[in-house]
Amino acid sequence: MLTNTQRIGLTLFLIGFALFVGSLSLSRYQLTDAVLTSTVKKEQLAAVESATSGMQGTVYGSAFGFVSDFKSAIAKLNDGYKARNEKDKIINDDYAFPVTKAASIGFFPDNSLLFFCLSLLLCVGGALLYIIPKKRQLPGIKNNGVFHNPATNRGWIGIVIGSFLIGFYVLLYFYPEYLTNWVLMFDPLSRLLNGGPASQWFVYGTLYTLAILVMGVRMLVKYRGNPYQQIRTVSVMFFQTCFAFLIPELLSLFNQPAQDLKNMWPLDYSFYFDYRLDQKIQAGTFGLFLLVWGTALWLIGVPVMTYFFGKRWYCSWVCGCGGLAETLGDPYRQLSDKRLVAWKFERVVVHGVLVFAVVMTVAVLYTYVSGQSALFGFLDSYSLRSGYGFAIGSIFAGVVGTGFYPVMGNRVWCRFGCPLAAYLGLVQRFKSRFRITTNGGQCISCGNCSTYCEMGIDVRWYAQRGQDIVRSSCVGCGVCSAVCPRGVLNLENDDETNRMPAINPILLGNDGIRVNV
Amino acid sequence: MKHIIIIGNGIAGITTARHVRQQDDSARITVISAESEHFYSRTALMYIYMGHMTYEHTKPYEDWFWKKNRIDLVRGYVGEVDTGAKRIRLIDDTWLDYDALVIATGSVSSTVNWPGLDATGVQGLYGLPDLESMEHHTRDIDRAVVVGGGLIGIEMAEMLHSRHIAVTMLVRDTHYWSSTIPAEEGELIGRHVRQHGVDLQLQTELNEILADDNGHVRAIVTTDEREIACQFVGLGVGVTPNVSFLKTSGIELGKGVLVNEYFETNIPDVYAIGDCNEFRAPIAGTDGSPRKAIEQIWYTGRMHGETVAQTLCGNRTAYQPGVFFNSAKFFDIEYQTYGTMNARLAEGEKTYYWEHPNGQQCLRINYAAKGEGVVGIHAFGLRLRHAVCERWIREHRPLPEVLSQFQQADFNPEFSENYTDQLAGKAPPRKSWLQRLF
Ligand SMILES: Cc1cc2nc3c(=O)[nH]c(=O)nc-3n(C[C@H](O)[C@H](O)[C@H](O)COP(=O)(O)OP(=O)(O)OC[C@H]3O[C@@H](n4cnc5c(N)ncnc54)[C@H](O)[C@@H]3O)c2cc1C
Ligand code: SF4
Ligand code: SF4
Repeated sequence: MLTNTQRIGLTLFLIGFALFVGSLSLSRYQLTDAVLTSTVKKEQLAAVESATSGMQGTVYGSAFGFVSDFKSAIAKLNDGYKARNEKDKIINDDYAFPVTKAASIGFFPDNSLLFFCLSLLLCVGGALLYIIPKKRQLPGIKNNGVFHNPATNRGWIGIVIGSFLIGFYVLLYFYPEYLTNWVLMFDPLSRLLNGGPASQWFVYGTLYTLAILVMGVRMLVKYRGNPYQQIRTVSVMFFQTCFAFLIPELLSLFNQPAQDLKNMWPLDYSFYFDYRLDQKIQAGTFGLFLLVWGTALWLIGVPVMTYFFGKRWYCSWVCGCGGLAETLGDPYRQLSDKRLVAWKFERVVVHGVLVFAVVMTVAVLYTYVSGQSALFGFLDSYSLRSGYGFAIGSIFAGVVGTGFYPVMGNRVWCRFGCPLAAYLGLVQRFKSRFRITTNGGQCISCGNCSTYCEMGIDVRWYAQRGQDIVRSSCVGCGVCSAVCPRGVLNLENDDETNRMPAINPILLGNDGIRVNV
Repeated sequence: MKHIIIIGNGIAGITTARHVRQQDDSARITVISAESEHFYSRTALMYIYMGHMTYEHTKPYEDWFWKKNRIDLVRGYVGEVDTGAKRIRLIDDTWLDYDALVIATGSVSSTVNWPGLDATGVQGLYGLPDLESMEHHTRDIDRAVVVGGGLIGIEMAEMLHSRHIAVTMLVRDTHYWSSTIPAEEGELIGRHVRQHGVDLQLQTELNEILADDNGHVRAIVTTDEREIACQFVGLGVGVTPNVSFLKTSGIELGKGVLVNEYFETNIPDVYAIGDCNEFRAPIAGTDGSPRKAIEQIWYTGRMHGETVAQTLCGNRTAYQPGVFFNSAKFFDIEYQTYGTMNARLAEGEKTYYWEHPNGQQCLRINYAAKGEGVVGIHAFGLRLRHAVCERWIREHRPLPEVLSQFQQADFNPEFSENYTDQLAGKAPPRKSWLQRLF
């Protein structure tokens, strides 16, 4: 039951959120020469100016009209070039986003800082007011009402949130020109941190970090009494704030290649792309360090750390995708699919993505070294990488990965799509000291563990047979152990040889039967 | 082809079916049950009500499992067993022939003949129909009374509490669960339950249930003549074997179906396992301690099933339980027990008791006065390693050795407070900044 403070918190949050989303519609747009001069390349300026001359003087009430007029003007221009066979003049630059941003006029752009402070303050403050009063309850994990609540049982609130997230990701990746007002709001913060104006990625990064921090506090409150959960939550909050957010911004402030030092190939699939290699080579010693560090991380760090601690060291302690899943996504962990068919599907898809990532990277490097675009004469590295970027990088990781939290659970991407998770999982499965120990015969088959396993592992299947759980997909979040009402499960790193003992069909406690196994 | 019919798809019946199939590919296996189409975990009933899970989540095996393993499921109620003709009659008058019959029909909630018992909104909790009726009768109510100081009573209290229904718990004795745990532990649980806002009334018994004009419960009266208003009464006064349908079958009954250590009844090829049986002669665990004649817990149901499956597959095997173990959870406090732990110390036994200063965790080890060999261990708010506790008890390791090596039995999650030092009298460590903040 909500306390009054919580009600106030929720109300403030909703107001702040409405303000934030509503702000997208608050600008008017006017195309002027000044706007074009500041955004369009010199050699294309004259052409763009004349193509869009019809728009000049018009004040658009919404981004939709403005963007559509602008895009059709450019398309018409390009059509002309095509017809006249002037291929070299065709404009491939995406001007819609910078032009729309620069063309914003009116009350909002002048007061965007006010909107920024007000909406974020209300959102964050309101959320904390909602979360923190739960501290007064006694420690102990309360999943009361999870399957009665339309926000967490795939009910209408979940569908609304999911649709919002999907819409957000589609705009972010493919139509950022409709998000320019947010970018305007974040300009001051961006200038403060990295010296330049904000991009939609800066907005995304900041919101992402805020989500992890605020929902991280929720985790700290919810899992009071379970230090493992609390400590790993602090860890993901730390790595997101410092490694994923602050350090790269500061690096670019000092004109260094911005790199998230904890992210690694193949999750960071563009790590070996030509422009990023060039950027590092140009940056001299520091760039070289980044290259070596990034390579050592997956080549040496992954096998060594995973051998000792299991893949959890990365997936539920360090990773940014994991960080979001474990904080913002925690309310949805019970929605993962536990069926055997889902596991079969998962193995094919996630390892398929790993193969795709490796082949794509090899092809890209081959092109980089040899100058030839086709590997083996038929694998075109440019289409491979753009295909990967679109299908895996944008659709899978973003739109599906996060957008479907409220429908398919919080680890859709990590489970089905992440090539790094697949790689870590192979190490965990075949060469690691990590396992989840089952406590003798104490399981009552209640199903809490399986239900709350975000990776869709049917933990109970193993627990009720007294078998230790060694699964490549387990991210070691420890929630199965936390929610087990009988103390059956424990995450342990121990001697590698004893983690998969021969399975005795008769569980501990029944001495009458001796079975030869 | 041998046809094995199992009545009851609970843990006992299903374990039998699975183990028979593992060893015998050809036997025809039919499991008949009235309550549900598929096996579900009875122990998870409370979590369905509390919204932690749905009914689907409580099924330990996916629905395709049964077909794949050729275990035929029949939904129906067995009204009669005709042991002479080796057949059973379902309530819809179909007859099924068996070569071997396993009775695994579980329990029913017990009641005491209180006046007013038939008022609506008064019930126990054993199966899915009870859950449904509880769901129905507790919608939009704000006061409930739970009668009984056992495991199901406290689960009902927690269930109601999760729905923000004020709960009064009536417990006959001076502390909670006095039939099984000593006073310190009973008080620890009592404190915890009260902290949650449950009105725990000790040394209080139910005398009468009062109904309103519509026949719906409106209050209860205690033996000391206090009236407590409520709209729901949960009865948690124990369970009894579900064997009434066998009265005319010729199968010998005590409280439960009487069996020997092979689970054989007085009729050949008829076996009884799980909650519903009763041993004619007492059985002892391998640690030498006697077991109850009627064992009504999940784990023993499973062990009965594992054992009788051997016999059904031609390898006649006596039931030989090991060191006793059990577990439960009281709101947020987990409980595990191993070996023999009586509420009152037995002759010739001594006890070691440690309680954390937070008053929410404790450990008790009972040991023989002579030789200090450990006979039983239980813990509240701590997780212990089953295999280690079992070994210590089986080998009667002396108390000082057990205490000094207690680390081995620690099964708490990583980063939990190290309490094993405190067993030797050290002060608890200071709280970390995280614990102080949250
Ligand atoms: C709420 C609750 C919580 C519990 N928690 C725990 C716990 O934490 N730990 C623990 O150890 N134990 C616990 N128990 C006890 C445990 O669940 C039982 O001991 C165990 O389920 C018994 O299993 P069984 O297979 O013998 O019978 P059951 O599970 O009762 O199965 C018997 C089945 O047979 C069916 N049946 C009966 N008669 C007929 C008939 N004539 N025809 C057709 N079908 C019939 C019934 O409908 C039922 O489905 C709990 C019990 C309850 C009610
Ligand atoms: S098995 Fe347990 S630790 Fe592993 S991912 Fe699932 S819930 Fe987390
Ligand atoms: S939560 Fe614990 S008791 Fe329940 S099924 Fe899982 S391991 Fe078994």
